[in-house]
Amino acid sequence: MFLPVTLQLLTGFCETLKVFALTLAFSLPLGLIVCFGSMSKFAPLKALVRCFVWVIRGTPLMLQLIIIFYGPGLLFDLPAMPRLTATIVAFSINYACYFSEIYRGGIESIARGQYEAGQVLGMTKGQIFFRIVLPQVIKRITAPMSNEIITLVKDTSLARIISVYEIIWAGESFIKKGLLWPLFYTGAFYLLFNGGLTLLFGYIEKKLNYYRG
Amino acid sequence: MALLEVKNIKKSFGKTEVLKGVSFSLEKGQVLAIIGSSGSGKTTLLRCLNFLETPDAGTISVGDKALFSTGVKYTDDQIRENRLHFGLVFQNFNLFPHYSVLENITLAPTLLNMGTHEQIKENAMHLLEQVGLANKADSYPYQLSGGQQQRVAIARAWAMHPEVLCFDEPTSALDPELTGEVLRVIKGLKGEDRTMIVVTHEMDFAKSVADIIIYMADGVIEEMGTPEEVFDHPKSEKTRAFLQGFQETF
Repeated sequence: MFLPVTLQLLTGFCETLKVFALTLAFSLPLGLIVCFGSMSKFAPLKALVRCFVWVIRGTPLMLQLIIIFYGPGLLFDLPAMPRLTATIVAFSINYACYFSEIYRGGIESIARGQYEAGQVLGMTKGQIFFRIVLPQVIKRITAPMSNEIITLVKDTSLARIISVYEIIWAGESFIKKGLLWPLFYTGAFYLLFNGGLTLLFGYIEKKLNYYRG
Repeated sequence: MALLEVKNIKKSFGKTEVLKGVSFSLEKGQVLAIIGSSGSGKTTLLRCLNFLETPDAGTISVGDKALFSTGVKYTDDQIRENRLHFGLVFQNFNLFPHYSVLENITLAPTLLNMGTHEQIKENAMHLLEQVGLANKADSYPYQLSGGQQQRVAIARAWAMHPEVLCFDEPTSALDPELTGEVLRVIKGLKGEDRTMIVVTHEMDFAKSVADIIIYMADGVIEEMGTPEEVFDHPKSEKTRAFLQGFQETF
């Protein structure tokens, strides 16, 4: 029984990884855009973005999933998105908001003098941001980001609510065959994968330790 | 004709008027030292010259080029271009911690396409030799002493070939035993026919390196003249009191 269960769970875990990887790919850059919005000097935009972040962070991701999957059909009679697409959209928006706040904290922690040093050397705003500020921000936010990213791995299980066949559902489906242990067994997959991520973040932190400040 | 011409610069922060109309001019190759107590507007004046602050009024010109004039709106690119006439060495160095010493110096010239990769690197190594840190090219700022960091900052500013190099209290953040090495480097630059403005509290240094001394108090130039005139025969009562205060500390 062990091998077939493992294989079945692996198909579920593939779906889990898809949600994880695609969410990261979209939310990391999207978070930066949200972050710029929340730091904008244009007050209405700043207020709008901060309000949006408040709503997204203030409501459950599970509810957001349901609204994004069922909402367009119920409200506007639009055809429903594929389940996986809806999941990626909901997760990307949700995580972008969390990331944006981490980015903002990192960017605001960079001393004024770093910007001014770039300015008096004749650099453009873009050069100052991408060559001076961002590399330093990345080092400062590695720890909080690794926290969020590990949380994301486990949050993917919420996709089960709109019937995405991820690993929890794969494990659960054995219950009707009278097997409970496959559901417990799913924990090993998460644990192993997060163990790998933890090692990876440790490696990145070590790599970034070539300088201080 | 003067290289740098500053006329009637005014700057307020909120209700506080920090600069109340400052004018002076500087010939090519001259060194100007600005002295005065904290809050007298020295640093704000330097920051206006480097366009880190926008003056409320006045004009700034270098050579025959007007860089700032009241009422004219400047684009970001214009401001950036105008800045290149000036260099600024900060009180607390502001080196980029994530770049090596060499990269700190080559970054801006590379981004601004000031030459080939080899030329820029060669020039940077040459500058590092001049400030006595050629052996530290691959070190990172945190591995250097404050004095060494400031010497790198000087090389970095110098690599942009500014017409006027400004120093904002370059030794104020340093331990006393490290000020000498930085002051020697600045003094060495003078021989290179560079035009410099140094805001400093080091009176002996100002006296020995400057061609012109400006004493600032309450946002105005209280006294301006050669080191002999200002230090040995101050005309203003305020200047005399300020210099007296300095002697009493020893």
